Amino acid sequence: MKRLISIKYVVVSIVILVALWQFAFTISDYSEALFPSPFMAFQALVEMIADGTLIASIKASMYRFIIGYGLSVIIAVFLGLILGSLPRVFNYVNPTLQLLRPISPTAWMPFVVLLFGIGDLPAIVIIFIAAFFPVLLSTVAAVSKIDDIYFRVSDNFGIKQPALMWKVILPAAFPGIANAIHLALGSAWIFLVAGEMVGAQSGLGYQIIDARNNIRADILLATILVIGLIGLLLDFLIGLAEKRILKAWGGES
Amino acid sequence: MSYIHIENAGKTFEENGIEFTALSEVNLDIEKGEFICLLGPSGCGKSTLLNAIAGFDLVNHGSVQISGKEVTSPSTKNVTIFQNYGLLPWRTVVKNVELGLEAQGIDKKTRREKALEYLKLVKLEDFANSFPRQLSGGMKQRVAIARALAVEPDIIFMDEPFGALDAITRMKLQDDILDICKNEKKTIIFVTHDIDEAVYLADRIVVMTPNPGKVKGVIPVPLHHFRDRTSGDFLLVRDKIFDLLNMKQEDNIEYTI
Ligand SMILES: Nc1ncnc2c1ncn2[C@@H]1O[C@H](COP(=O)(O)OP(=O)(O)O)[C@@H](O)[C@H]1O
Ligand SMILES: [Mg+2]
Repeated sequence: MKRLISIKYVVVSIVILVALWQFAFTISDYSEALFPSPFMAFQALVEMIADGTLIASIKASMYRFIIGYGLSVIIAVFLGLILGSLPRVFNYVNPTLQLLRPISPTAWMPFVVLLFGIGDLPAIVIIFIAAFFPVLLSTVAAVSKIDDIYFRVSDNFGIKQPALMWKVILPAAFPGIANAIHLALGSAWIFLVAGEMVGAQSGLGYQIIDARNNIRADILLATILVIGLIGLLLDFLIGLAEKRILKAWGGES
Repeated sequence: MSYIHIENAGKTFEENGIEFTALSEVNLDIEKGEFICLLGPSGCGKSTLLNAIAGFDLVNHGSVQISGKEVTSPSTKNVTIFQNYGLLPWRTVVKNVELGLEAQGIDKKTRREKALEYLKLVKLEDFANSFPRQLSGGMKQRVAIARALAVEPDIIFMDEPFGALDAITRMKLQDDILDICKNEKKTIIFVTHDIDEAVYLADRIVVMTPNPGKVKGVIPVPLHHFRDRTSGDFLLVRDKIFDLLNMKQEDNIEYTI
């Protein structure tokens, strides 16, 4: 029943979006080539699926995303666990992190392209940067907020590093870390597209630039929709994984 | 020399440049197998003294020795049970009990058997695979007790372990802990601010007073393990404690009844 109701919300919400779009299309003076209707975008989508360009783009983008985001999360959590356990070392690292953190990942783009050229790497680097700082800083914060009693208990029972790290510190900090990993997924996906628009010759971001160059607004809008849908799907999947682990570690189900 | 020997032990904290004496000139000797209660109003330094003996927060005056050795850090041979249980919420009940056994390098199968055996002792074998959040406060504290006993410690430290429990659950756990002590014969140092609890449990009660925290007197409880909360002897010991806590008497009187 609950599921049915939430499906109702989704359907109504999307119908409204399409209706507004159709309405804007009907009253607008732009040529169809520049501002297509929902149906034209849908046709473009079908065309892209049929000729295989969409799948190729998604493959290219997902590859970069998984490498960039995956590496970023693994390294950030690993470093965060260590820095969180060594507050005195973190005091020296923190100023630099605070300096780098507010810089938009796109600001690095020209520099990254200069260094690595056009290809997979710029997008991967941008995604890496986008996810890295929030996950690292949240992990450090989550570790430093761990209740002292867990350390007393571990100390008392002779649990020492490295066992302490994965038996106590990681699970105790996990809710905070998982939350950051989840949030970072959204921004990483956003910056993937930005990265591919500038630094790649394939992928969903590049497809948008390509569509613009060919004045194919229908393909452009269809691609944007696909980007949104995949973002939604990724968010749903990571939410699922997060819940699973939290449940396995005794959290509220 | 006695098993636990505390001599002129004192602890001062410094906050904003002001020195505060939490514990002053404590002299205490505890024998193996004794059940000692540290009793006194909140702020009298009970936890400070307990943490000093357990090795979590050392004294900065005098000395605390166990078996002739100065205490410098927590030992795996002595286990502390905290008021808020200290269970790891991401582990099941049985995995919590196994925690101390893991560090001892005992193999998986033996570990599990041993953990279940101690869960049985505290009557929680049916909850082995539950998570702590699914248990009541009293059950959580019983898990903590099982976890402590599983490593077969010499001394068990308890800091107001039943403080967060309702009166009925608390009385049940008091009986449980006495039962377990009778069988396991551990040295127990138990902090409480509940006079009845101290009289019911202890072989000797260390009565403490605040400002600065110190030992006001030590009262032996000649009731052994045949206790009745309404008996005359029980009330007599209670009266002695009231005396000690309310009246301005000389320090460190040893009462004998
Ligand atoms: N880490 C600390 N820093 C400053 N003061 C402390 C600290 N720990 C305890 N105290 C003070 O020492 C006194 C005794 O504390 P404690 O041993 O916890 O008392 P009790 O357990 O008997 O309630 C209290 O006044 C408390 O405020
Ligand atoms: Mg206390």
